[in-house]
Amino acid sequence: MKSRIVSIIFIILIALAGYFALGTTKPFSYGLDLSGGTRLTYSTDTSQISEMEIKGAMNVLKQTIEKRINIFGVSEPIITIENQDRLAVELPGVTDVEAAIKSIGATPLLEFRLEKKDTQTKMAVLNLEENKTLEQIKTEIYNAYEASGLTGGQLERASVVFGQQMAASISPVISLNFNEEGSKLLAEITKNNIGKQMAIFLDGNILSAPVIQSEIISGEGQITGDFTPEEARDLVQNLNFGALPLPINLVETNTVGPSLGQETLNSGTKALVIAFGLIFIFMVSFYRLYGFVAAISLAGYVLLTLFVFKYLPVTLTASGIAGFILSLGMAVDANVLIFERIKEEKKSGKKGAEAITDGFNRAWPAIRDGNFTSIIAAIILFWMSDAAVVKGFALVFGLGVIISMVTAVSLTKNILLSFTKQVKENNK
Amino acid sequence: MFAIKHKTKFYILSITLTFIALVALFVYGLNPGIDFTGGSVLEISFQNEKPSQEQIEFAISELNIGNSVVRSSGESGYLIKMPTIDDATKKTLENLISQNGQIQFKEEKFITVGPVLGEELTSKSFVSVGLVLLAITLYVAYVFRIVSKPVSSWKYGFATIIALIHDVILTIGFFAIAGRFFGVEVDTFFVIAILVVLGYSVNDSIVVLDRVREKLKETKEEQRVSQFKEIVGFSLRETIARSLNTTITTLLSLVALYIWGGEATKIFALALIVGITAGAYSSIFVAPQLLVTFFERGKKNLNK
Repeated sequence: MKSRIVSIIFIILIALAGYFALGTTKPFSYGLDLSGGTRLTYSTDTSQISEMEIKGAMNVLKQTIEKRINIFGVSEPIITIENQDRLAVELPGVTDVEAAIKSIGATPLLEFRLEKKDTQTKMAVLNLEENKTLEQIKTEIYNAYEASGLTGGQLERASVVFGQQMAASISPVISLNFNEEGSKLLAEITKNNIGKQMAIFLDGNILSAPVIQSEIISGEGQITGDFTPEEARDLVQNLNFGALPLPINLVETNTVGPSLGQETLNSGTKALVIAFGLIFIFMVSFYRLYGFVAAISLAGYVLLTLFVFKYLPVTLTASGIAGFILSLGMAVDANVLIFERIKEEKKSGKKGAEAITDGFNRAWPAIRDGNFTSIIAAIILFWMSDAAVVKGFALVFGLGVIISMVTAVSLTKNILLSFTKQVKENNK
Repeated sequence: MFAIKHKTKFYILSITLTFIALVALFVYGLNPGIDFTGGSVLEISFQNEKPSQEQIEFAISELNIGNSVVRSSGESGYLIKMPTIDDATKKTLENLISQNGQIQFKEEKFITVGPVLGEELTSKSFVSVGLVLLAITLYVAYVFRIVSKPVSSWKYGFATIIALIHDVILTIGFFAIAGRFFGVEVDTFFVIAILVVLGYSVNDSIVVLDRVREKLKETKEEQRVSQFKEIVGFSLRETIARSLNTTITTLLSLVALYIWGGEATKIFALALIVGITAGAYSSIFVAPQLLVTFFERGKKNLNK
């Protein structure tokens, strides 16, 4: 009787799990390789700071990049610190890598450069020389001026001012407030270079080259240029968020288009269903009624695992689905071990419930040990690797092995026993 | 039991296969994917008729970036593997392929892996395989910790580990050959597969050898030595059905994954199919035979 009650409870639980896993509208959480999107991995240069500071710097870096991405307007970006000094940025739905990389990696480099002796002559001949690319011209202009030491790094705050200076101008002006160091430097430069040009470069492009009229001691300045209001706003935001605390270097990009992702998901699902069907046919044709019960337990395993995936939640990737399919084949291994053992017990003269109970008990150590080595492999994989591919597989595979031990052993046993007892009672 | 009776034949077969695998590995080496070497992969699909492979190859040759491989992917697309390219180069390439916008295509996938990550994966792979082997060796030593005459316990463990190494060598050798002749690459999935083979295949061998030990306990002490071969053969016959059936169910899953599971996990499925098949073979035709050989060696030494 007991086993029948246990079976019924089991089946109700599985039905519930199945309903919540498949019957509700709550979606599974899919990795970028299935949903489409971009994953960027950055390495950082931590050689300039002490080991103690790395953790803090990485967190600041993470926050800064988070802010930048939010400006970019990505829904639910995931930023993780990997391997202590690497940053992985996942942008679901984003397939325009270039724009993404720009918004993350581009610290606008604002530079104030001074006129050199030959600047004017160089600038004068610049336009006369033909056959030059824009890039070459840009570099030549940049090199015509020399560094003053003053950059956007010494800014306290930047803000947008709309054409207050010149009533006729509608193009916005960016007002700069330098910090203490910057103010000092600005005062010094302007004092020593009255009458010279001080050119303002943004990312190597010249914006303007005003002539220094007098010493500036207020620590304030302005940039005029051909900005649209949007450009001005973005620039100010970027200048205010400041430089990243650590130099970053893009080491890996991975973009998957939404249709390819969908295709991968579809074929994974198809393979899962076919694998289940093949195992079902094999088990039933080899072990008959027992095999059928094992297949029912396997269906229970699939539903329970999907439930766990959805509500834990586990982010499903192509590798995770592969691990899940693999675990189907391994889940019934326990049943094979048990059924072979029951055959042996029956050969030795045991009958019905006794043969089943002894079969389960004797097969248990082998099942436990067998799954133990698989779990070791899963743990080492999960622990050793940062790669989403590996972690995704290891988690699904490890969970699958653990859940399958419950379904393949407990569930199968109770269902079989509830049938067997009935036979016995009828015989009496 | 035929597998024990003809053990020399199976030794010759196993040693030949292992030898071929090792030669293939040393002569051809493995064909590493960009996971290991670093580089870029671009997968594109064309809306209308897709251009010929030569056209794509020509577009890439214009870039002068070195060794690139173009492969058809699906009916409407190509997969291009090349050294690491930056965004500007990618744009140029896309322009070349589209002939300045004349031919429409969609970017399905673009992956760039820096060489640092590749090196890290290589070293981590070795460490992971080493760790799993170590953990399994410890585990096997634990499983066979209780000595039962006439074969000392470490020999059970030794036979299991040799069988396991045999499985891994065959799998790697298979990929060396497949890499040389069919361009099959090894990637992160391959490393995962090797670790899973290690964790999974060890069990069939353990089941067989454990049964031998159990049978020895039931046998009278004076008969153990004289009947050793028969006991091993008998244990093997008793366990062969379940070794085969557990392998078959797992292979069914993997075949489904290989055929229908999509491009991303094909190498993974293939490596597991080879590794787990090798594992089933070695649990029937290598590990028990080794145990018998160890026993016979030990007997000779005693007689001397």
